[in-house]
Amino acid sequence: MRLPEGGRIDRSQPLRFTFDGRAYRGFAGDTLASALLANGITLFGRSFKYHRPRGLLAAGAEEPNALVELDRGPGRREPNIPATLVPLEEGLVARSQNRWPSLRADLASVAGLAAPLLPAGFYYKTFIGPGREAWHRRWEPLIRRMAGLGRAPAAPDPDHYANRFAHCEVLVVGAGPAGIAAALAAAEAGGRVILCEAGTEPGGQLLATPEAMVEGQPASDWLAARVAAIRAHPRIRLLTRTTTFHYGLQNYLCLAEALDRPDGLRERLWQVRTARVVLATGAYERPIPFAGNDRPGVMLAEAARAYAGRWAVLPGRRAVLLAAHDSGYAAAFALADRGVGLAAILDLRATPPPDLAAQAPARGIRLLAGHGVAGTRGGTRLTGVLAAPLRADGVPDATRAEAIPCDLLLMAGGWTPDIQLFSQSRGRARWDAALDAFLPGESVQDLACAGACNGSLDLAEALAEGAAAGRGEAWAPPPRRSTALPARAIAAGALGARKAFVDFQNDVTTADIALAVREGFRSIEHVKRYTTTGMATDQGKAGGLMGLAVAAAAQGVDLPELGLTTFRPPTMPVNFGTLAGRHRGPLFEPLRTAPLHGWAGARGAEFEPVGPWLRARAFPRTGESAEAAVARECRAVREAAGLLDASTLGKIEVVGPDAAEFLERCYVNALHRLQPGRCRYALLLREDGFLYDDGVIARLAPDRFHVTTTTGGAARVLHLLEDYRQTEWPDLQVWLTSTTEHWAVLAVQGPASRAVLAPLVEGIDLAALPHMGVAEGRVAGIPARLFRLSFTGELGYEVNVTAGQAEALRAALFEAGAPHGLTPYGTEAMHVLRAEKGYVIVGQDSDGTVTPDDLGLGWCIGRAKRDFIGKRGLERAGMQGPGRRQLVGLAPDGDWLPEEGAQLLPAAEARAAEGHVTSAYRSAWLGRPIALGLLAGGRGRMGERVFATRRDGTPAPLRIVPPVFHDPEGKRLHG
Amino acid sequence: MTRFSWAALARGALRGHRAWTPQWRSPDRPQPDYDAVIVGGGGHGLATAYYLAKEYRLGRIAVLEKGWIGGGNTGRNTTIIRSNYLFPESAALYDHAVQLWEGLSAELNYNVMFSPRGVLMLAHSHHDVQSGLRHVHANRLAGVDNEWLTPAEAKAFCPPLDIATPRWPVFGAALQRRGGVARHDAVAWGYARAASALGVDIIEGCEVTGITRDAAGVTGLETSKGPVRARRIGVVAAGSTSLVMAMAGLRMPLESFPLQALVSEPVKPVFPCVVMSNTVHAYISQSDKGELVIGAGTDQYPSYSQAGGVQILGHTLEAICELFPIFRRMRMLRAWGGIVDVTPDRSPIIGLTPVPGLFVNCGWGTGGFKATPGSGHVFAATIARGEPHPIAAPFSLDRFTTGQLIDEAAAAAVAH
Repeated sequence: MRLPEGGRIDRSQPLRFTFDGRAYRGFAGDTLASALLANGITLFGRSFKYHRPRGLLAAGAEEPNALVELDRGPGRREPNIPATLVPLEEGLVARSQNRWPSLRADLASVAGLAAPLLPAGFYYKTFIGPGREAWHRRWEPLIRRMAGLGRAPAAPDPDHYANRFAHCEVLVVGAGPAGIAAALAAAEAGGRVILCEAGTEPGGQLLATPEAMVEGQPASDWLAARVAAIRAHPRIRLLTRTTTFHYGLQNYLCLAEALDRPDGLRERLWQVRTARVVLATGAYERPIPFAGNDRPGVMLAEAARAYAGRWAVLPGRRAVLLAAHDSGYAAAFALADRGVGLAAILDLRATPPPDLAAQAPARGIRLLAGHGVAGTRGGTRLTGVLAAPLRADGVPDATRAEAIPCDLLLMAGGWTPDIQLFSQSRGRARWDAALDAFLPGESVQDLACAGACNGSLDLAEALAEGAAAGRGEAWAPPPRRSTALPARAIAAGALGARKAFVDFQNDVTTADIALAVREGFRSIEHVKRYTTTGMATDQGKAGGLMGLAVAAAAQGVDLPELGLTTFRPPTMPVNFGTLAGRHRGPLFEPLRTAPLHGWAGARGAEFEPVGPWLRARAFPRTGESAEAAVARECRAVREAAGLLDASTLGKIEVVGPDAAEFLERCYVNALHRLQPGRCRYALLLREDGFLYDDGVIARLAPDRFHVTTTTGGAARVLHLLEDYRQTEWPDLQVWLTSTTEHWAVLAVQGPASRAVLAPLVEGIDLAALPHMGVAEGRVAGIPARLFRLSFTGELGYEVNVTAGQAEALRAALFEAGAPHGLTPYGTEAMHVLRAEKGYVIVGQDSDGTVTPDDLGLGWCIGRAKRDFIGKRGLERAGMQGPGRRQLVGLAPDGDWLPEEGAQLLPAAEARAAEGHVTSAYRSAWLGRPIALGLLAGGRGRMGERVFATRRDGTPAPLRIVPPVFHDPEGKRLHG
Repeated sequence: MTRFSWAALARGALRGHRAWTPQWRSPDRPQPDYDAVIVGGGGHGLATAYYLAKEYRLGRIAVLEKGWIGGGNTGRNTTIIRSNYLFPESAALYDHAVQLWEGLSAELNYNVMFSPRGVLMLAHSHHDVQSGLRHVHANRLAGVDNEWLTPAEAKAFCPPLDIATPRWPVFGAALQRRGGVARHDAVAWGYARAASALGVDIIEGCEVTGITRDAAGVTGLETSKGPVRARRIGVVAAGSTSLVMAMAGLRMPLESFPLQALVSEPVKPVFPCVVMSNTVHAYISQSDKGELVIGAGTDQYPSYSQAGGVQILGHTLEAICELFPIFRRMRMLRAWGGIVDVTPDRSPIIGLTPVPGLFVNCGWGTGGFKATPGSGHVFAATIARGEPHPIAAPFSLDRFTTGQLIDEAAAAAVAH
């Protein structure tokens, strides 16, 4: 029922919304929860396990029951959102969850009838048979359908997410009174301050208690002045609807800011590094376990007060207060002042504080000290409670119960400081017996806690503590002594109660926890995992501490003996999208394109992803198949000349007086004697002796090398080299620079390549440049490094020019090459050409279990070298010997192509593989299929037959041949 | 031990569930003398103790656990079970485990919820396809089920999957239908209960502080709850193995890294299988409770901190949102870390050590949960017989000096 006046809602701005298809009205400033409550809705959802009807328990982040599905259109459906956290907006569409066919008549609520058969962990004891697959085939699908809460979104999310890094001197988490005081004090002291607040506006508790007086002013006036000062302050950044969900090392915190902007910017992730942190995260009121404490209408006292004070909604007409803590009286009286009839106060304590005890009769309210609740009445709405005096053991005596009609039961179970972030910061919680709470203890980072999260429930104390924390000063609280009934005592009185819920969402009762303890689950982590208490979407904010208390009571130990379960991040659920940010679609991982990419696309190239790059796989002509294109490109290289954009090769410039020494220590090759102007095919191993990468090392000058890596290995190799340079040999005078993007590499390969290049080359004696030679000069007028290298088996060159000049060089090359039939070719032709020649691709013909000798590349290793990376690993017995798998050529009998990855068998019916096929192509040039493989003792088995597995189950024969199919003498290479 | 069944549950209900007894005995302190002591009360250690008692009838066995059983990586992993490993040695080990998983609930009389719903491993490049097919060929030869799916078939098997993402479209997928998930805590509790029923002492909160030995080998342990004599000690301490083995003077070839995982809020069934993508680094399934269970990567530097960098979670969620765009509005409910112990070839070490009577089972890296029953089974045989079980034999500690490595990760290696 909405009150005619008051509250922080804007009555001039009515908003329309729907819940389960029915239209309702609320006001700007409402939450979905307050607006529904104002419309008389008290049934909000169904519980996880028993599908019990549930209403609002709380008014904030700890709400476990009132979870709804929001639907803002296609792709904008979200499950499991607490209605208490949804700011009302025009046209909002919300639905209840976990019910069928309707919230009021949920058929699955029959699960409640079977509840005696379904205690905590029942599924571990049952569904065990018969039949091996009984669980998976029969029971699990049933359980899965019953479990879960809302529905996952059905369409891709059209919204986007932003990311921002920020630095400040003081980050204040929580803009309640303590946080506000801290932020203002910190800013006055001169630092940059970020004040973040999860709610829609600053104020915290004051928003709910307009009747309070703060520093001699009405709360709303005090708040308005402070908020104005904060907004006007040049050094304070106020972030509302911003949840601090992660507290990492070195005061690195992550914040999620809800934006919901019309342009689709939904949330922003803030990553803040701050000198100091002030945590002013407040406290949560504890629910009280008693029989039937989950009936809609049973609510936290402070939450009810907030609905009335902040949103001008009365959550009921006739209330009963169940108090274990003094704070409940103030809440109940505030509600009474707004028109709620207060039928009775049941105080679990035998002797409530006299001043409070005196107020009740003065207001004409019955006070029943030493009373609890033995049960509740009503269906989907509370109609009454059974008030019962407590026996000596704290259990309500149902035989002496009195029914009191009411539609609202207020629970005031005391307060649990929110120490989630403090705990995430690696601070150690300490049990404060006087306050009956875990409080922040010793902290390991520069942080301070202020206000209710530090046990300072009194407003004046919170303000003083906040201001001191903001200034970075110490503040000692006055001696405090709670008069509340300790949680452990409350729990003890509810151990035997029926359906006394501790974790409302997961339907965990005191009996479930007692059962877990009975079954030997003593560690609180075990109790949590066995019963699932504290593992619902509120992560134990509502019932976590009471769960501990029940477990302690069941074991007969004190609460601190049991300890706390770990607070795991995030403090509140965070959208996947917020953490993923802008990294989606093409930005998911930067896609790199080669300098001639645009031209290749225009030429109709087919592309394929290779490591971080997209490379042209082939250049089919109109109407030409990819296979035909590859065959044509191969023929062009063998007969005339072809051009490949090889720019994706990794390149590292190694410079310095010790450059040669450094490379000598890293690579297996003997490089000391490499003369300037010459290149060497070089291998890099891991420490375990296995091949890591290959490339060409060119010596440009005594102190300068141009080193290439595989396309995928560029970053990895540089990291490895830098690792050794910086950690193993910091004494060497050598510097490494990645030049992968600097140089475009255009490979001109084929018998006509020299003729193509000759008219364009200046300053280099092309005819005199030997195979594996390098020279600097100009090509087509462009400064270039010209390598004579071949990955095809033909005469070939690789022209390196700066990437910006690649297009000009390409144009010049094709112009000069046209008469010679210069043809662009792609990576697939490159693969075929190199395989015909028996050149390996590291990562395809080798994997991380292959040595140089396995590939027939033992000749690369400088025999006289004292050391290189992997030398010792290579010397192990298992790394040598004739039984290792060695590279061989494989010639299929007949015209079939083995599959890359096929296993090699000594006989068709054999089961133990001797190796596998690493590469297989149809060679148009040779007119037959060819393959490479790794085969046990392969080099000694030339001419033998092996069988390759096929997916149809029939292995087929191949002849073992040398891996070089084309020009084994190398005449064309040196021609 | 009360046998669990619906009937037992119904009987329990009639008595208000007040008659249940502890699922495993929890002696406050160890006895002075045992035939064998297992150090580490995770799934592997408890399984070892169970099979030692069940199959080898060893009389007096203790499991010593520093914290609470199943509190390490057993309770922190993403529960993926599969055996489609490349090398025959690995396939034999993990498939031994899968075969035990298939009957484990009945064996233990404890529902560990093994759910063979299929594990799909995605290929996103030509290189991935080559590697995936190599696995398919090798597995089929070894008698391990693994089949190759086209992108469309992968989509049909896992409808939320986007096979045409701009950056890493799906080129194909390997599917092991016998693979799946299980309930991790139940594995620890089920083995503990069954082992306890066979007389195994499980002592929680008992930290090993020293290993004593004489010329003939180990003689016992020093613990926070007093000394214990034993001539056979099996160390199964995952991330803490190096520390325990150092007490016997052995330096282990292990590095420890934080590995993180996370779950979403629970939703109705939406994800029918397990999907793994090594290329974009995403591992995901949906628990019976309805949470999406997502595995993230390891931090890049060694650490014993059970908390990794938040950017690692971010990277994983980028990949998840890219492969499954409908999950972008799902919310991360809980994230946590574990410490994985990694060997130089990233395969486990199971077997004897240079110290007679001291056995070790460690180095499971990021993939130990799936092996739990098989690991315990072959390790128990190894301890009982004093020589490696044939399946365990290739995973000896000395392979790092002989060079007989089993490097699965390197075999799937990337280069070009």
